[in-house]
Amino acid sequence: MPKITYIENNGKSHTVEVDKGLTVMEGAVQNNISGIDADCGGSMACATCHVYVKEEWYNKINEKSEGEDDMLDQAHNPNKFSRLSCQISVTDEIDGLVVDLPEKQ
Amino acid sequence: MIRTDALIIGAGPTGLFTAHQLNIIGLKCEIVDNLDKIGGQCIELYPDKPIYDIPAVPECTGEELTNNLINQLKPFDINFHLNERVEEVKNENGQWHVKTNNGTVFSTPNVIIAGGVGSFEPRKFTPKECEQYEGKSIFYSIKDKKIFKDKTVSIFGGGDSALDWAVELSANSNVNLIHRRNEFRGAQSTLDKVYELEKEGKINLFTKYQLKIPKGNGKLDSIDIQHENKEIKNLKTDYVLGFFGLIMQLGPIANWGLNLNKKTIEVDTEKFQTNQKGIYAVGDICSYPGKLKLILSGFHEGALAARACFKLARPNEKYRFEFTTSSSSILKRLGKKSD
Repeated sequence: MPKITYIENNGKSHTVEVDKGLTVMEGAVQNNISGIDADCGGSMACATCHVYVKEEWYNKINEKSEGEDDMLDQAHNPNKFSRLSCQISVTDEIDGLVVDLPEKQ
Repeated sequence: MIRTDALIIGAGPTGLFTAHQLNIIGLKCEIVDNLDKIGGQCIELYPDKPIYDIPAVPECTGEELTNNLINQLKPFDINFHLNERVEEVKNENGQWHVKTNNGTVFSTPNVIIAGGVGSFEPRKFTPKECEQYEGKSIFYSIKDKKIFKDKTVSIFGGGDSALDWAVELSANSNVNLIHRRNEFRGAQSTLDKVYELEKEGKINLFTKYQLKIPKGNGKLDSIDIQHENKEIKNLKTDYVLGFFGLIMQLGPIANWGLNLNKKTIEVDTEKFQTNQKGIYAVGDICSYPGKLKLILSGFHEGALAARACFKLARPNEKYRFEFTTSSSSILKRLGKKSD
């Protein structure tokens, strides 16, 4: 199972195994990792599962879906490594992915 | 003061169907919602997205679901208080007195919180320094556009609100439009207009920039904006407007003394009552073992909470379970003739 590391804004790091086929958002919610709210449940409608993907991983994950950047305009403090974690699919290729969580959603 | 059998907070699908269930059993209700329209998340977040798991409705959009629920309430006389947010609640002699930000006060034995994931609030700027200017020089919505006349206004955002206001205010103000990327997501015609106004020098466009810090001594004087490549520019400005959409917050309800579990309210599964007698929570905002955040679960929870309200609203009457197919009193409430 792919391992994903979520680093909270206070530095606390969580490395968990996430089933293939889920999203990075679901991996956080199912493991009770605080810092990802996912208010809309993954329908790309709220920008509360915003993460910063580590630079070395940014080009290895699936590309942004249509409309994702529009939602990211509303995220708290976005930067060029911002993604909505509900739009990142978990696959073997992203085993070891590291994402930083924003100060707030 | 408005007296009613039950006050519903939230006009989303759960709140609407709860209103139906209250009226079916002969209870009056009032509904408050912070948004300017009925429908809650269904309307605000996904009006066009199809929903596939409403029983007996194979497919419908958030907007269609909302319209159907509104139609279902037609036989009843229900007051909606839109654009109002509940602020305070206190108990006086067994009645809950609930006050909104507009000063409306309700007196009721039953308060049903059907607030989804909270009330929609504007998203704000990241720098904490912005708070001291909020409501004076920094705004997230516009109440009186006259104050911007002949002033410099810096607008942040990439959607229709930001673009529309940039166009509109450029007639009488010096407008800076600042956005975090090159692409905008507003209507193409408005966007074309913005580019045209930029060429004419009526709008100054800064893309790939975000607000770094507001500057001033008590009164806003300028802002630093930072490019994606870290370069910083200082812009003299009188006003700053931020249009970043809405986020859901529990809001003042968080201070009502209810048992909370993260952003949800704990309830029992018989009455969907909170730890306060006569205050219920239904739909996405409630939590109990096995809770599913589905619209259909909200309908069920609302139906049970409505029955629980009966006891407090009609202490001297006995609630009798009846079907809509056969009860003459229910058919009368629905304005239908019984056989």
